[in-house]
Amino acid sequence: MTTTALWATVLIASLACFALKLGGHLVPRTWLASERVTRVTALVTVALLVSLVVVQGFADGNTLTVDARVPALAVAALALALRAPFILVVVLAAGTAAALRALGWG
Amino acid sequence: MNVLPTPPAARAAVRQGLSVSVATGLYGVSFGALSVAAGVGLGPTMALSLLMFSGGSQFALIGVVGAAGTPVAAIATATLLGLRNTLYGAVVSPLLQVRGWRRLAAAHVTIDESTAVAVAQPEPAASRIGFWVTGLGVFVLWNTFVLLGALAGDALGDPRAWGLDAAAAAAFLALVWPRLAPRRAQLVAGLAVVATAALIPFVPPGIPVLAAAAVAVVVGLVAPAAAPSDPESGPDSQPSSQSSSQREDAR
Repeated sequence: MTTTALWATVLIASLACFALKLGGHLVPRTWLASERVTRVTALVTVALLVSLVVVQGFADGNTLTVDARVPALAVAALALALRAPFILVVVLAAGTAAALRALGWG
Repeated sequence: MNVLPTPPAARAAVRQGLSVSVATGLYGVSFGALSVAAGVGLGPTMALSLLMFSGGSQFALIGVVGAAGTPVAAIATATLLGLRNTLYGAVVSPLLQVRGWRRLAAAHVTIDESTAVAVAQPEPAASRIGFWVTGLGVFVLWNTFVLLGALAGDALGDPRAWGLDAAAAAAFLALVWPRLAPRRAQLVAGLAVVATAALIPFVPPGIPVLAAAAVAVVVGLVAPAAAPSDPESGPDSQPSSQSSSQREDAR
C-alpha cells in the first residue's frame, strides 16, 4: 500500500468508526423509553459483558484456548464470591496469570 | 437525575474506571509495536490510535494492511468491528445526557471499557463518572503506550507476561457479576457464553460480541414482562437499573 493509500485508509476508516459511535449517541431517547426496550437493554448489557469475558479470557485470535487466563478468571470469580473489592479482583487475576507464565505455563 | 452521586458510589466508579484504564492502556504497547511491525509507520499508527480509538478496529486494520490487503478490505473490516460501538452509544447516551461538543467527545470515547464501567454502576450519576474516567483514562494511557510501543517495539516486553490480558477479562467479570442475580440474566449469560464460544473460530474478532447482544435482544423480546419482584426493569428506570442494595452487597 502506498503512503497516500495508507493515510487515506486510516482516515476514512477512522471517520467511519467515529460515525458509528456518534450514530448510537444520536438515537432518539423516545425510542429507548419503553419498558420493553429497558428490559432488552438490561439483558444486552449482561450479554455484552459476558461475551467480553469469554473473548478476553478464552480467545486467541480465531482460536479458543485454555491458558493462564483461565485459572486467573477462576481466582477472580472466587474473589468476587468472597466479595473482594474490584481492584483486588483485577490485581489477583493479573498476578495469577503473571505467576503462572513466569513458571512457564500458559 | 441531577442529584450528586453518593460518595461511595462515585468513589467506586472512579476506582473501577482507573483500574480498567491502566489494564487497557498498558495494552497499547502491543498495538504500537505490532502496527510498526506491520509497516504502518509511526505517523499513521498514532493517527489510527488517536482518531479511530477502538482497539478491535485498530488491530483489524493493521492486520489487513500487514497482510497486504486492499484499502477497501481494511476499511470494511475496521468498520464492521466498530459496529458494536453504535450499540454502546445508544446504551450510554441516556445515562450521560450531554449536548454539543461534549456529545462528540463522549462518542469518541465510547468503547468496550467505558461502556462496561458506565452500565455497571448502581445510579446514573456514578455511571457518568465511570464513563468519563474510563473513557478519558483509557484515551490518555492507550495513546501514550501506543507511542511507547511504536518507538520501543518489543523492548518493553509482552503485556501478557504481566497478566494484563487476564486483568482485562477479570475486570469484565467483576462488572457483570452483580448483574447476574435475576434468573433471566443467568439465562442470557449462559446463552452469551455459548454464542460467543461457538462463533470465535469462524468470524472476525468483534462479531461474537454482537451475536451475543442479538441473543439477548431475542430473549428480551420473547420473554414475558418482568414480575414485580424482578429488579431488572421498571418504566422509568435506566437501562442499567437494578436495586442498588443488591449491587452494594456484591461489592
